[in-house]
Amino acid sequence: MSDKILEVQDLTIDIPTPSGTLHAVQKVSIHVDRGETLCIVGESGCGKSLTSLAIMDLLPRKATRTATRLEIAGESVFDIGERRMSDIRGNRMSMIFQEPMTSLNPAYTIGDQLSEALRRHKKVSRGEARDRAVFLLEKVGITAAASRLGQYPHQLSGGLRQRVMIAMALMCGPDLIIADEPTTALDVTIQAQILHLLAELQREFNMGLILITHDLGVVARIADRVAVMYAGQIVETGTAEQIFKAPAHPYTRGLLACIPIPGQTERGAHLGAIPGIVPSLVGRMPGCHFASRCPEVRDSCNSAPIPQFQGAEPGRSVRCLLADEAAVRQPAQEGAA
Amino acid sequence: MIQFALKRLGIAVLVALTVSMLSFSMIYLSGDPAVALAGEGASQEDIENVRRVYGFERPLIVQYGDWLIRALQGNLGHSNYLKADVASVIFERLPTTMLLGACALAFALILAIPLGVVAAIRANSMIDRVALTIAVIGQAMPSFWLALTLILWFGINWRMLPITGTASWLNFIMPSIALGYYVTPAVMRLTRAGMLEVLSSDYIRTARAKGLRPMTVLFKHALRNAIIPVVSLSAVQFGFMLGGSIVIETIFAINGLGFLAWESIQRADLPMMQAIVLVFSVFYILLTFLADLLNGFLDPRIRVA
Ligand SMILES: Nc1ncnc2c1ncn2[C@@H]1O[C@H](COP(=O)(O)OP(=O)(O)OP(=O)(O)O)[C@@H](O)[C@H]1O
Ligand code: SF4
Ligand SMILES: [Mg+2]
Repeated sequence: MSDKILEVQDLTIDIPTPSGTLHAVQKVSIHVDRGETLCIVGESGCGKSLTSLAIMDLLPRKATRTATRLEIAGESVFDIGERRMSDIRGNRMSMIFQEPMTSLNPAYTIGDQLSEALRRHKKVSRGEARDRAVFLLEKVGITAAASRLGQYPHQLSGGLRQRVMIAMALMCGPDLIIADEPTTALDVTIQAQILHLLAELQREFNMGLILITHDLGVVARIADRVAVMYAGQIVETGTAEQIFKAPAHPYTRGLLACIPIPGQTERGAHLGAIPGIVPSLVGRMPGCHFASRCPEVRDSCNSAPIPQFQGAEPGRSVRCLLADEAAVRQPAQEGAA
Repeated sequence: MIQFALKRLGIAVLVALTVSMLSFSMIYLSGDPAVALAGEGASQEDIENVRRVYGFERPLIVQYGDWLIRALQGNLGHSNYLKADVASVIFERLPTTMLLGACALAFALILAIPLGVVAAIRANSMIDRVALTIAVIGQAMPSFWLALTLILWFGINWRMLPITGTASWLNFIMPSIALGYYVTPAVMRLTRAGMLEVLSSDYIRTARAKGLRPMTVLFKHALRNAIIPVVSLSAVQFGFMLGGSIVIETIFAINGLGFLAWESIQRADLPMMQAIVLVFSVFYILLTFLADLLNGFLDPRIRVA
């Protein structure tokens, strides 16, 4: 019996568009253990949000989802029907969204919205739900928690609302929390607090956490393992240490070159973005998705789909021909050229 | 909320004052009111007498002030035709019209809101299209025509419902449908649009992510927010229906205010017409005010500042 909270294999999401089928997510496989933080990183539009929505079975209606495996704590939850799925959502896994300003219902109080998550899934009285709400509001660092229960979302700041969303996700004591860029919409000063809070709660309640982010600085601080996504595919996986110390995929290296690393990046060094744009996901690409931007591209990269090469250590994988040529272990580029 | 209510009340009072001026000036619509009141073939002396008795020789503003104070005291003048106090005639007829309006609005809401909700959940489906068709037909069909059609089938051919009068609740069925059907499309379209917008909002996604049952998501989280604009629309439509009651009450011979308005126009009963216009307008303003309050009550962003 493994301690896998989440196991996803070959998750694929297609969205029909007027110009053809958009292959938004292609054969993505991830897993999360109890007490582990998996960070999914990648540029905008690479399919991070759709992946998390697919796990929750909350995709837009027109999107189609396939997978060979989708298990929560060893139990398959793929296509089990809306009724059974809704028993799992908010109960055994919850999600925190990017937009705290609009993610709470303006018509109901904080207390009502917190309690209803618990009362939906567990047999508890109003009073017990209320006590749990107060307990968790305090846990997420909200002062005067009891008096907040009667407040409406519009009376709270963005940072407070996101704390409420986190408390709400915790109401039923889930095994897994998926946080999709939970701090992007917040002030920089508050971002750090919220992330710190998430990491702390994850440890305290021993949950699995999937954190989706653009911010590699955040990843460096809280990730156990990292999955790097590019254009609908996972291009590299590994422990945080492996990814930061020895990035194998040219895209990962490009991403790392874009962030200042204390002690490594020279002061005043130029911080670049990876040149080029993300390819369209409408229609099929013959070879490597990153080929149009890759500094190390060669002819063979464009001829056939690139498989996910497994590294020597378990959990390490790279979707790049270079990995096959065993030319992987290069030190992280320092600064950017 | 109190501040909000006071502001709305202030606006309502201002509008009511404007309307009262318009209504007051109706006496002068047909020229010299003294001539009109004295009747045909009256001598110059009679006319002067009338002018003095009614105070028409005073400055307009004084006449208006006087009229307004009396109106506020419930004295709306005297109907020469009916030989009766205008206010008492109106308050005798008012309940019938209100009852008709309420039944019509209830019919409209009961039909329109569920249709709008279903049309939104199943947007672009068969049901949505049928609902749209009903809406278009409703908007295009004059209510007098619908009234006559109903009378023809249910009243005359099948003899299921009484055609005229207010003897029992059965008498109200056809008039309510004829009057209410006209507002169904607007309410339905607004409900549909509101639901569509709300259903794609982030907080609905949150509600689903919490694992709430589809019915809870739909009614507690979605409809509750989508219904807010429908409330104001309903109040406005209720006002329109008061106007529509003139036609419908006349067709079905319902002894309400609408019928009275029609009769008074025919008899050139000026004080009565003036008072009916005033009562309808004030009622309309009152409805709008109540709708604003209800809106504020339903929307915590207004209620809890
Ligand atoms: N409802 C939709 N209809 C059509 N295309 C969509 C829809 N939702 C997402 N997409 C497309 O799917 C791709 C992946 O979107 P997704 O939201 O998962 O990206 P993301 O990695 O979360 O990006 P971001 O960092 O900006 O949040 C994008 O190309 C996007 O345009
Ligand atoms: S497969 Fe080729 S193009 Fe793709 S990342 Fe590796 S080297 Fe670059
Ligand atoms: Mg996203």
